[in-house]
Amino acid sequence: MGFDFLQDKDRIFTNVYGFQSWDLKASQKRGDWDKTADIIKRGNDKIIEEMKESGLRGRGGAGFPTGLKWSFMPKESPDGRPSFLVINADESEPGSCKDREILRNDPHKLIEGALIAGFAMRARAAYIYIRGEYIMEAKVMEAAVKEAYDAGLIGKNAAKSGYDFDVFVHRGAGAYICGEETAMIESLEGKKGQPRLKPPFPAGAGLYGCPTTVNNVESIAVVPTILRRGASWFAGFGRENNHGTKLFQVSGHVDKPAVFEEAMSIPFKDMIEKHCGGITGGWDNLLAVIPGGSSVPLVPAEQIMDAPMDFDGLKDLGSGLGTAAVIVMDKSTDIVRAISRLSYFYKHESCGQCTPCREGTGWMWRVMEKMRDGDAEIGDIDTLYEVTKQVEGHTICALGDAAAWPIQGLIRHFRPEMERRINENKGTEVLEAAE
Amino acid sequence: MIRETKVIVMAEAPNIPDEIEVRAKWGDFKFTPANDKLAKWQVAKYPEGRQKSAVMALLDLAQRQVGADTKTQGWLPVPVIEYVAAYLDMPYMRAYEVATFYTMYNLAPVGRFHVQVCGTTPCMLRGSDDVMAACKNKGMAKGKTTPDGLFTLTEVECMGNCSNAPMVQINDDNYEDLDYDIMTRILEDLAEGKEIPVGSQIGRKTSEPQGGPVILKDMVKANHDYRKEW
Repeated sequence: MGFDFLQDKDRIFTNVYGFQSWDLKASQKRGDWDKTADIIKRGNDKIIEEMKESGLRGRGGAGFPTGLKWSFMPKESPDGRPSFLVINADESEPGSCKDREILRNDPHKLIEGALIAGFAMRARAAYIYIRGEYIMEAKVMEAAVKEAYDAGLIGKNAAKSGYDFDVFVHRGAGAYICGEETAMIESLEGKKGQPRLKPPFPAGAGLYGCPTTVNNVESIAVVPTILRRGASWFAGFGRENNHGTKLFQVSGHVDKPAVFEEAMSIPFKDMIEKHCGGITGGWDNLLAVIPGGSSVPLVPAEQIMDAPMDFDGLKDLGSGLGTAAVIVMDKSTDIVRAISRLSYFYKHESCGQCTPCREGTGWMWRVMEKMRDGDAEIGDIDTLYEVTKQVEGHTICALGDAAAWPIQGLIRHFRPEMERRINENKGTEVLEAAE
Repeated sequence: MIRETKVIVMAEAPNIPDEIEVRAKWGDFKFTPANDKLAKWQVAKYPEGRQKSAVMALLDLAQRQVGADTKTQGWLPVPVIEYVAAYLDMPYMRAYEVATFYTMYNLAPVGRFHVQVCGTTPCMLRGSDDVMAACKNKGMAKGKTTPDGLFTLTEVECMGNCSNAPMVQINDDNYEDLDYDIMTRILEDLAEGKEIPVGSQIGRKTSEPQGGPVILKDMVKANHDYRKEW
């Protein structure tokens, strides 16, 4: 029996490709902003309860249950501090390009979601932090926010719900690290985006020292539809603990790379066949897949084929779903270079605050570059692995871990290839010396 | 010669241009009335006393104004950063810190077109080497501006267009689904002042599969409301 593919009627992001207008009128015709006040009138706790029941796990990579995260926000403010919702649209994880489609093609889903989520967690405003390079996307988002204000959907008595709620767009300026929630908060305060030590957690002291929740764009944009169709509808997709629909983004060596919404737990092979026209050169030509964005370890071809694309299925393979950014590599790939390029990325993006990351990412990249040509000793592979273990877990934020994991995945699955290059390089040298 | 190259590679930062000349040219920098209005709108997004939050937006605005003045993408001379810091009542160093931390602020002049080729793995897998080669074949070098002042080439990190890789961002516009020939044509068209459609260069609307969507086909021609089928 084949996989039950998601049907069009069950897709949340019906304008994901932007064939139709993003504007308010067109969005309302697709079902956005439909009796939003009635949803809000269900009350904060009811909404949070329903979100918990839906099984939605954060779509930004870590997969933390969204409803539970909201419930950490204070119900009262004895000292008068307001609460804030920060929406993470700093999509910078190599492979990820889903939030972009929401921002530029379905912005009203995000604004409506911001109002409902903001109400549920008792926030007074939402800041949408859009990566600086998404210039056109930010323009659309600003225009959509203005439309929503003009129509009375946000602002005072938002959508006639009796709740006052503001939405602001804040543009970044090119720093991957600002996707980390506390770095994002620092950046919003007008500083360098360097992560903060936790605790205190943002729900206690976040933006301007006020209670703050940071959620990914997709996590917020799916909220209105979940509440309209009910938690059980959303929970009806995907395996236990991995429910819902999800935007997948496929890049690399497939016939037709694409972004699409599918049910969670879709088997890898079915997903690629249906949505991307197969692997370049056929299935026998598949080498490895990075299934969740650059930060997760790669998975070799034979292990990924039948794997369910969800949090637990990929965790079982020693990898992760991350943002569901699937980077496919066929046998023409120089796998060491592919991972080394990611090491360069992390070196470039390290904020420099913690020594293991600041020094380690550069060191790991330089050694990876040597590994490309086999200009190393066999023992260096073990040293490299050891250094990744020294960086991992010894930094304030997860960028250190994210830099370590791709290399660990490479050594775990492609050590023979790394050794082959070293031996070949030595062989050549010996030959040259003999001549 | 060798020493100069070495310094640039090691520091990976542009030399901050000569202070006296820069000050003579930009010492009187002020937002234009239109930009001043935009700056005030940005500041108003944040709670009272938190105007510093607008520093990123104002540096961007200032860079754009410098760009308009110089007919380039723009950059941030030191007096301009000072102006923004004073505008927001924050110490210069705090604004300078922000300007140097984020990659989109240019700390040295750039050309008319800032060609930012993504070289991260998803783009690399689909041929960003060829895109880079097309740039080099037109006389560009990473981190340098061409002698005619037209192009500055930078290799950037993932731009979040991975399903439309490889890609380049030139000033505010993205060009996606590139190869060597398409990139060459884009550079030639820009040099000649021609209008080029942005986005996918192979006829895709956005990130649907090439040749047309396999899902949501009803949406192609009409703004379909799926609620009737719930």
